[in-house]
Amino acid sequence: MSTHSSAEGASADRNRQPNPGERIADWADGRLGIYSLAKSNLRKIFPDHWSFMLGEICLYTFVIIILTGVYLTLFFTPSMNEVVYHGTYTPLNNIRMSEAYKTTLDISFDVRAGLLMRQVHHWAAIVFVAAMFVHMMRVLFTGAFRKPREVNWLFGFLLLFLGQFDGFMGYSLPDDLLSGTGIRFLEGAVLSVPIVGSYLTMFAYGGQFPGTVIIPRLFTVHILLIPGIMAGLVVAHLILVFYHKHTQFAGPGRTEKNVIGMPLMPVYMAKAGGFFFVVFGALALISAIAQVNPIWAYGPYRSDQVTTDAQPDWYMGFSEGLIRIMPGWEIHFLGHTLELGVFIPLVVFILVLVAIAVYPFVESWVTADKREHHLLDRPRNAPVRTALATAWLALYLILLLGGGNDLVATHFQLSINAITWIVRIGFFVLPVIVFVATKRICLGLQRRDRDKVLHGRETGVIKRLPHGEFIEVHERLPQERIYELTAHDQLQPLELPPAEDRTGIPRKVPFSEKLRAKLSSVYFGEHSQVPKPTAEELEESTSQHH
Amino acid sequence: MTHQDNSPEERLPEAGKPGKPPKLADPFADPGLPPHQPRRQDIDERAAKRSEHVVARLFATAVIAAFGFIASYVLIPKEKVVFIFPVGHVSAQNFALGGTLGIALLCIGVGAIHWARTLMSDVEHVSERHPIEAPPQVRQQVFADFQQGAADSAIGRRKVLRNALLGALTIVPLSAIVLFRDLGPLPEKKLFHTVWSSGKRLINMSDDRPLRPEDILVGSLTFAQPEGVHESDADFQVVMAKAALMIVRLIPTEIKDKQSADWGHQGILAYSKICTHVGCPISLYEQQTHHVLCPCHQSTFDLADGGRVIFGPAGHPLPQLRIAVDSQGYLAAQGDFDKPVGPGFWERSA
Ligand code: HEM
Ligand code: FES
Repeated sequence: MSTHSSAEGASADRNRQPNPGERIADWADGRLGIYSLAKSNLRKIFPDHWSFMLGEICLYTFVIIILTGVYLTLFFTPSMNEVVYHGTYTPLNNIRMSEAYKTTLDISFDVRAGLLMRQVHHWAAIVFVAAMFVHMMRVLFTGAFRKPREVNWLFGFLLLFLGQFDGFMGYSLPDDLLSGTGIRFLEGAVLSVPIVGSYLTMFAYGGQFPGTVIIPRLFTVHILLIPGIMAGLVVAHLILVFYHKHTQFAGPGRTEKNVIGMPLMPVYMAKAGGFFFVVFGALALISAIAQVNPIWAYGPYRSDQVTTDAQPDWYMGFSEGLIRIMPGWEIHFLGHTLELGVFIPLVVFILVLVAIAVYPFVESWVTADKREHHLLDRPRNAPVRTALATAWLALYLILLLGGGNDLVATHFQLSINAITWIVRIGFFVLPVIVFVATKRICLGLQRRDRDKVLHGRETGVIKRLPHGEFIEVHERLPQERIYELTAHDQLQPLELPPAEDRTGIPRKVPFSEKLRAKLSSVYFGEHSQVPKPTAEELEESTSQHH
Repeated sequence: MTHQDNSPEERLPEAGKPGKPPKLADPFADPGLPPHQPRRQDIDERAAKRSEHVVARLFATAVIAAFGFIASYVLIPKEKVVFIFPVGHVSAQNFALGGTLGIALLCIGVGAIHWARTLMSDVEHVSERHPIEAPPQVRQQVFADFQQGAADSAIGRRKVLRNALLGALTIVPLSAIVLFRDLGPLPEKKLFHTVWSSGKRLINMSDDRPLRPEDILVGSLTFAQPEGVHESDADFQVVMAKAALMIVRLIPTEIKDKQSADWGHQGILAYSKICTHVGCPISLYEQQTHHVLCPCHQSTFDLADGGRVIFGPAGHPLPQLRIAVDSQGYLAAQGDFDKPVGPGFWERSA
């Protein structure tokens, strides 16, 4: 052993033989350079806040979906070949069905734990999309999407979009009466695309609906193409979270310059790793007791039959709402038909999602703020953003309601007609009302924060002044609270340059600049924020109280 | 005008170290990270031992639950159904497998989290952030490297080469478009026709027998398929996706649309069952009003008025099939539908 490599030399100078674990690590480091990676990451600091768990739920449900999904592929045959059923589930004996449907029945009734895996897979998908949605909302409401995290926001958005899409496709695979209805809906929707609609459907379905290829094709996309892209995006998303370091809320010691929390190893590993098992365990329990998508109750798909209580998974609800409230507009000209009643909802569906995807870029343009932001905003301190986000949510929720208009109708004994009109009007009016109300609430909360800083906390102690007046003794907030309540910065509206330059020649201000100045005053004008107390104000009010 | 638009240095977050006492000058200053408060387990070894026991028991329970999982897999017959209180009747095996798996996983998870919260150090650490943007020297270096690389390749100088490369890199991938042609046939006139043709009898779907006028009572809704179509046909689903019929009988005076009445037989009208919105088969009939309702998005059609849309998102009426009674007294089609059935599309005229 006369030729020491530098790594071996390094361990040798500790004057002892490395133990087996160290030797394996040395081996790997010599080939993969793991030490440089571990150096900056093993004790990486993660801040703690309950809302940071939402992203973890996304990650864990994604992993669970892949695990259970792979198991299901071992038994599922994605084929539309027809067979006659003779099997364990006797009510369907002698009924014609596709192999896709038959093998789904087999998984549910003949493969032990097959039903459990199906249900965990489906529940995990429902929770996955819900968790992504709520995670996105927490990022949106706290301003975590600001520089330098805009790209990660886009990765996240793509994951949400693909996740919903993949869920819809998975739902279609068993070829039961309900999912076939979804595939039929897809055909009608694609048919409505101007000019190329009928070509697109012929190509997608390999001929006329339903054909024999759509399920095998959806299968490939559902289990390979989309999850592959998503896995790549998840990895990129997490690398960026590591690279940017997590955001944190302002608090004592927590500034834009640092991140304060517990180290990855061991605390975060144990908490996050443990949380994976909690999520998986919870899904297993739910799947033990709550049935989801009992395809045997719907029967196999028949192109001339339908179930009456057709309801898609929740995340398709808002597109369903759009489809249901749209009037049946159709334009005929020159021997052609523009099927606007279906095509407009299709476009609006995309627009509603794109609106949220581009929001960070719109905000960063309006604020002209080029700084990095690592401290999260309390939603009240960004009233216009919070109000916009809430208005978007209101729009989303009213469409979700529209998607279940038949359920709402029977539940509340209203006519479907009435509900449709409520949703149609609500689509335009509700976001506006919600915007105004949310902004006001935010400003009210800002005012309260200001009061707290200036006048302190009520102690409940009543004091009588020499001239007889009673006052309640206020106590100055602890410095930590004062810092928390005033750490945010308040931008000022952008100002346009004077209309004339120094020589008196009128300046040409491009329209985009004017628009930006206008929007900026909407965001940061005096009607959109309550000024933070100044040092003098605080000084004055504390001297008054003593 | 963009006062928030600072130079890179100024974009760095402001300097500041935790633990710094507030400056008197700034009443809003960061008081710094408060000193660590020890937990019970940090100072009381008995409390720590208790936490240790809890965690160890949780992990042990996970092992027991895993054995329960294996036992449920092996021992519980798969067709056994049990009654579980608020849930109702469920598959015993699914319940036992999910229950044991859930408990096992939850115990591991809760154990690990409890361990982290009570026994691992909860001292908060501080890590400094560094700006994501590279310092100006690095930026300059990268630009210089890039320019050197571009100059070495001569791509800027040799325009012909550059354009030829761009051309090749555009055309070659684009040529792959032809690969998609065989995904399916061209639409041609496929969407305009169904298998209905003159003389084809209407077969009752509930008993597979040709329909006679007297089989159809006022107020009933009957589903029919064309003669010669069988469930076992390879293209059954494709055929029925367009040819499915629903038949009603109205009192002839109730029919508001003259052509509609003419296309029926003594008040018997045959309409396409395929909703003109996005193609769900329609299934609900309201006898008094003669309205049919599509269960998918609630489009409602008036069968007494030529299948007109009276509510919902559908854009055009349900096509009607012209029928008559043939020489043997059976209902038969007088031809195909005059309009394409189902959802609208670009090539459809009116
Ligand atoms: C497969 C889906 C997703 C996974 C697995 C995932 C995972 C995560 C995880 C584990 C974190 C760190 C913890 C946290 O802040 O919650 C995170 C942060 C983040 N996510 Fe996601 N996420 C997903 C979808 C989304 C979506 C839909 C968006 C928004 C459109 C998004 C935007 C972000 C952003 C901007 C951050 C950085 C937040 C910060 O540092 O404060 N993610 N994601
Ligand atoms: S398919 Fe009939 S209303 Fe939509």
